[in-house]
Amino acid sequence: MIAAELAERVRTHLPDVVVARGEVTAVVERDDLLGALGWLRSDEALAFDFLSSVTATDWPEREPRYWVAYELSSMAHDHRLRLKVGLPADDAHLPSVVPLFPTADWHERETYDLYGIVFDGHPNLRRILLPDGWEGHPLRKTEEIGGVNTRYKGAFIPPVDRRTAP
Amino acid sequence: MPVERIGGLHTGKTADETEEDVRRGILLVTLDRAVSWARKQSMWPATFGLACCAIEMMSTGAGRYDLSRWGMELFRASPRQADLMIVAGRVSQKMAPVLRQIYDQMPEPKWVISMGVCASAGGMFTNYAIVQGVDTIVPVDVYVPGCPPRPEMLMFGILKLQEQVRTQGRFR
Amino acid sequence: MSFDFRPDIDPRDPLSTEEPRQETMIINMGPQHPSTHGVLRLLLELDGETVIRCEPIVGYLHTGIEKNTEYRTWQQGVTFVTRADYLAPFFNELAYTLAVERLLGIEAPLRAQVLRVLFCELNRIASHLVWLATSGMELGAVSVMLFGFREREDLLDIFEMATGLRMNHAYVRIGGVVLDLPPGATDAIDDFLDMLPGRIREYESLLSKNPIWVERNAGVGILSAEDAIALGVTGPTLRAAGVAKDVRRDEPYSGYETYEFDVITRESADCYGRFEIRMDEMRESMRIVEQCLDRLREPGPVMIEDPKVAWPSRLEVGPDGIGNSPAYVKHIMEESMEALIHHFKMVTEGVRVPAGEVYQPVESPRGELGMYVVSDGEHRPYRVRIRDPSFVNLQAVPTMVQGALVADAIAVIASLDPIMGGVDR
Repeated sequence: MIAAELAERVRTHLPDVVVARGEVTAVVERDDLLGALGWLRSDEALAFDFLSSVTATDWPEREPRYWVAYELSSMAHDHRLRLKVGLPADDAHLPSVVPLFPTADWHERETYDLYGIVFDGHPNLRRILLPDGWEGHPLRKTEEIGGVNTRYKGAFIPPVDRRTAP
Repeated sequence: MPVERIGGLHTGKTADETEEDVRRGILLVTLDRAVSWARKQSMWPATFGLACCAIEMMSTGAGRYDLSRWGMELFRASPRQADLMIVAGRVSQKMAPVLRQIYDQMPEPKWVISMGVCASAGGMFTNYAIVQGVDTIVPVDVYVPGCPPRPEMLMFGILKLQEQVRTQGRFR
Repeated sequence: MSFDFRPDIDPRDPLSTEEPRQETMIINMGPQHPSTHGVLRLLLELDGETVIRCEPIVGYLHTGIEKNTEYRTWQQGVTFVTRADYLAPFFNELAYTLAVERLLGIEAPLRAQVLRVLFCELNRIASHLVWLATSGMELGAVSVMLFGFREREDLLDIFEMATGLRMNHAYVRIGGVVLDLPPGATDAIDDFLDMLPGRIREYESLLSKNPIWVERNAGVGILSAEDAIALGVTGPTLRAAGVAKDVRRDEPYSGYETYEFDVITRESADCYGRFEIRMDEMRESMRIVEQCLDRLREPGPVMIEDPKVAWPSRLEVGPDGIGNSPAYVKHIMEESMEALIHHFKMVTEGVRVPAGEVYQPVESPRGELGMYVVSDGEHRPYRVRIRDPSFVNLQAVPTMVQGALVADAIAVIASLDPIMGGVDR
C-alpha cells in the first residue's frame, strides 16, 4: 500500500497519524500500545507482523520527554509504519511488547540500558551493552559524552597530557 | 677496551654495559643472545582481536602478508601458551577486566603490541565507553597507529618489537 | 580407609541402587575465544556435551558510536557509522547517507548511485569471503581461511585504488560519493570478476559434498520461518527458511529496481542452507557488478551540484595518497576568498538538515541494516540509531542451539555471521 492509503487505513483505529517523506507515523498513548500493536498485526490489509527496531529519543526541553519509536513492517505487503509513544520524564515506564514480538527482547534491554526507560513485564530487564555495575544512562541528553572520566568501579584516568608514570 | 660490537653486530648496549657483560662472562652473554634470538624468532601471539584491526591482523597472518615468515602464524587461543598479545581493536570498559586477566594469564616473558589508534589512545572514540589507551591497563611495548593500520605497518611494529627483544633481552 | 569419592552412595553398601547425582555444568565461552567470531560471550548450561540453555552476553565492544554522532557534524557522522559493522562499511555509510538525503530531500546523481551499488556489492562479496574464511577455520577447514583472505586482498586492492583505504572508507558521502573511479579501476574489477567464479567453484568442490562439512552443517541449527520472523531475524538466515525477503527487492533504494538479480532462498532452514545461500549470493553480486560496470561507461558527476550540501573539496590521487588537488588548493588559497570561506564553513559547520525523522533500511550481507535518523534542524544529528542485523540475529542463538552439542553451537554462530562491532556499536 502506498503511504496515503496506509495512513487512511491506520487512521480508522489510531487517529493521530502523520505522513512525512514517504513514511507513515502513528502516535499512541502508553495505555493503548499493546492494543494498537495487536490490531495492526491482525488486520489483514495491514498485517504488520515484523518488528524491526525499538528505540528512544530524548527531548529534554519537551514534554513528554522520551519518545519511544517502534518500526513495524509487513512481510506480506512490504509497507512500513512507525509507532511512537511519548513518556514523561518522571514516569518513564512502558509495557513491554515481548509477548507480541519476541524480537523486542534485546531492543528493549538496550533502550533501558542507554535511556533508563523501564519496560514493565519484560522477562529479563538488565543492562546489555554496558557493564552491570554502570551508573547512569549515557544516551540521555543530560549526560556528558564522557571521555576519560568514566564512572565505573571508581576509575579515573586523567587526560593524556596530565598522565604520570604508573 | 670495552667493545660495542660482538661478531660485527651492535649489541644495543652502551660501552659500560658491554664492559659489565664481559665481566659477567662471555658464556652468559652468548646464552643471553641465543635465548633472545630464539624468543624473537618464534613469538606466538595470543588471539585478542576485537574489532576492525582484528580483520587486518588476520589479513597480515593470511597469504599475502604472511606472518609465518617471522614465526608468528600460530595464534594461540590459550594465553598460557602465548607470549605476545596484540591488542587489535577498541577496548571497551566491559572488556578491560578481561584484557587484564588474559594478560595476567600469560607467562613471562610477555610483550604487548597495541595495534591501531583505538588501542593506543582511544582513537576517534573519546567517550564514556572506550578505554583511552590500553597502556592504562597493561604495559605496552610497541604502539602501531592507524585506523586500521595496514598490514605493512603492523609488520613494521612487529619487527621493531623483535629488534627490541633481540638486543635488550636479559636471561631470566 | 574410605574415599569419599561418591558421597551419595553408602560405602558400607556398595550395591545400593541410589541414582547417581546428576548436575549440569555451567560453562562460559568467550569473550576471548578463537571461535566465537569476535567478542561474544556465551553462557552455556551443559549436560555432558548437550546444550540445555544458552545465553549470549554482548556488550564487550560497546563503543558509544550513537552518542558520538550527536557531537559531530552530519558529514562526520559517516566516519563514525562506518565503523559499526566493520566488515560491511559501505552499507553502514549508504544507509546513513540515504537517510540524511531523504531528510534533506535531495537525490545523488545517477553515476554516484551506480558507484554506490557497485561498491556495496563488491563489499558483499568481501564480507561473504571473510565469513567463508572464518567459518571454515572454526569448523576445522583451515585452508579455506587462507583462500578467503586471498580473494579478499584483491578486493581490498580495488577499494584502496578507489577510496584510499582498505577498510572503513568514508567514501559514500551526503550528496554522492567523494571520488570518481580512477583510471584502471574498471580493468581491475573486470579481472577480478573473471577470476572469482572459478575460485568459488573451487571452494564449493572443497566443501559442498565434503562429508565432514555436510555432517557438521546439515540439519544443524534449524530455525523455522515463523521463529525467524518472530525473532526479527533477516538476511541469509531468514532466506534459508524459505522466506524470500530482501530489502533490495522489496524496498529498493539507490536504483536497485533497475538491476537484474535473483533473491536466493533455500528450504532447509539449517546451516548448510545458509552456506549455499551465501555462495550463491556472491554470484548474484557479481552479476550486479557487471551491470554496474556497463552503466559506468558514460562519465557524469559524482557529487550533487548544490553548494549548500556538496562536499567542497576536489580530491585527487597525489604522490602521497588522496588529498585536495593542487588546482583546488590554488583556487581557494590564492584566487577566491569566497571559495575559501565556503570551504571552511562546509567543512567545519557542514550541512543543515531540516527537522524530521527517517528510517532507512538496506540489505547488508547479514540482513536488514536500518538507520533511524532524527534531526532537529541543526548542523549536528540529534539521534542516529543503527538497527544492526547481527544484534537481532543473535537473539535466535538460544533457539537454534537448544538440545544440540557444543560443537553445533560453533557451527550455528558461524552460519549466522555476527559482527560484534554492529552488535555492540
